[in-house]
Amino acid sequence: MFDDLRELYQEVILDHGKRPRNFRCIADANRQAHGNNPICGDMLVVYLAVDGGGVIRDLAFQGKGCAISMASASMMTEILKGRSVAEAEKLFRCFHEMCTKDDAKTCENADQDTLDRLSMLSGVREFPVRVKCATLAWHTMHAAVESKQPVEVSTERGQV
Amino acid sequence: MTPGQSALKAVAGNNSTAAFDVERVRQDFPILRETVYGRPLVYLDNGASAQKPRIVIDSMTKAYETYYANVHRGVHKLSQTATDAFEAAREKVARFINAPSVDEVIFTRGATEAINLVAATYGRAFLKPGDEVVISHMEHHSNIVPWQLLRDEKGIVLKIAPIDDEGGFVLDAYEKLLSPKTKIVAITHVSNALGTITPMREIVRLAHARGARVLVDGCQAVPHMPVDVQALGADFYVFSSHKLYGPTGIGVLWGRLDLLNSMPPYQGGGEMIASVSFEKTTYKNSPHRFEAGTPAIVEAVGLGAAVDYVSALGLDNIGAHESGLLAYATERLSRIDGLEIHGRAKDKAAIVAFVMKEAHAHDIGTILDRAGVAVRAGHHCAQPVMDRFGVAATARASFGLYNTKKEVDTLVDAIGVVKEFFG
Repeated sequence: MFDDLRELYQEVILDHGKRPRNFRCIADANRQAHGNNPICGDMLVVYLAVDGGGVIRDLAFQGKGCAISMASASMMTEILKGRSVAEAEKLFRCFHEMCTKDDAKTCENADQDTLDRLSMLSGVREFPVRVKCATLAWHTMHAAVESKQPVEVSTERGQV
Repeated sequence: MTPGQSALKAVAGNNSTAAFDVERVRQDFPILRETVYGRPLVYLDNGASAQKPRIVIDSMTKAYETYYANVHRGVHKLSQTATDAFEAAREKVARFINAPSVDEVIFTRGATEAINLVAATYGRAFLKPGDEVVISHMEHHSNIVPWQLLRDEKGIVLKIAPIDDEGGFVLDAYEKLLSPKTKIVAITHVSNALGTITPMREIVRLAHARGARVLVDGCQAVPHMPVDVQALGADFYVFSSHKLYGPTGIGVLWGRLDLLNSMPPYQGGGEMIASVSFEKTTYKNSPHRFEAGTPAIVEAVGLGAAVDYVSALGLDNIGAHESGLLAYATERLSRIDGLEIHGRAKDKAAIVAFVMKEAHAHDIGTILDRAGVAVRAGHHCAQPVMDRFGVAATARASFGLYNTKKEVDTLVDAIGVVKEFFG
């Protein structure tokens, strides 16, 4: 009973949802964006400190929302810290595919450990209305690195 | 047995509510035989939209299969039959809400359009800068945004009548908001997010004492209790068909005839004109003045059938049945640790909105769904209510005439699964 629920709400995810990592403001962040999922009321801010070489030195978030959105944001901060912005963008596309397609192709260059961590949330594929919960933090990160101005993204503008 | 007969039999010969045979009524709703994820469907999202009885579905199929044509136009037989059916639906609706005249019943696309119609015609024509519109803190967005659009266009002032911690309407605070500048009071009859039934007769009396017009949002009221627009004394009353077990795409604006005939048209087109020339066009009176273009003909027929259906069951019987469900659900849910019910007004329709300490409303919704229980999770298009209670979202079980205590038990069991995952 409830096998797909167990697949979605794994221990690791529940733990990240309850005790999100890097849940703080970065005072000297040079990239940040506000993400909003108006249908569910999820909202979060993603902060990045990117150095001159394009490496994410620090990454954090604050906000409120369901277990999936909080866990996804928390896990994203752990996965992306220390990586280049270019890698982060690649992993965003990879994660997005994992959440929406059964045979994700853009993940070929990622290492196994990263793939394993990203795939923790891919159970959301079985819950189409929840995909936007899982991808909200990533969309917000993507918007932040694309723009030097603080920006707002919303899952109701066609993104999932 | 023909469709609907089981419903009629469910109450026949006995006026006591014990005669409301819910198992029999359930047989009128084909969708209730469906399963989701291999479990029997427990549909507790009636506040968003209600399921349709066979008699509604059949009435629409019959219209398309045997007499469909455009209305009010053709000289041919089908057009006459379709027009008769369409206008018969209007008469049914007029009787349903005890409207003094059938010409006071305007078919719109839904309750949202009905409110927009009043704001865009009555509001634009008769309100001046500085005039005031009073709404409440628990309005659906559809009874907030049309007035904000009017505010931005006309420079009127929007005032918000408060609610208390139980979700009750605060009558004396509302009275203090009223002034000679108050021109429109637009307030819900039953809150979709909290279930609160507002003291509408008092609201109307106080508004009329200042010369204001009153629009009532009756979407969540008409499926659950008898509504008599004359007894309420309101000036406008709106509701949608789809929450009343009828089809989507059609709703009702009722208004006092003298007001309606003083209002400019809403949209221009066919059907609403008396005569057209390039120099001057004159308009028909209500209802046709406000029904430009080909209307939702078959939807009107379906709405008429839905009105027949609930009337045959009896709104008092339906209300009593649902009150029993509300009391039972409130009692069982209140005993769950960490669960908090939002909206505990004394006078309440069968809507139970709740939050849980352990889990976000959306996670609750997903888990309940896999247990076959359909609830709404979110802000219910009433974000100011959510802000009032300091939450981003609630889970909401909203009951209809076909729900059972056993289904409440299934809901409670499913909440147990939520606690298993998140506890």
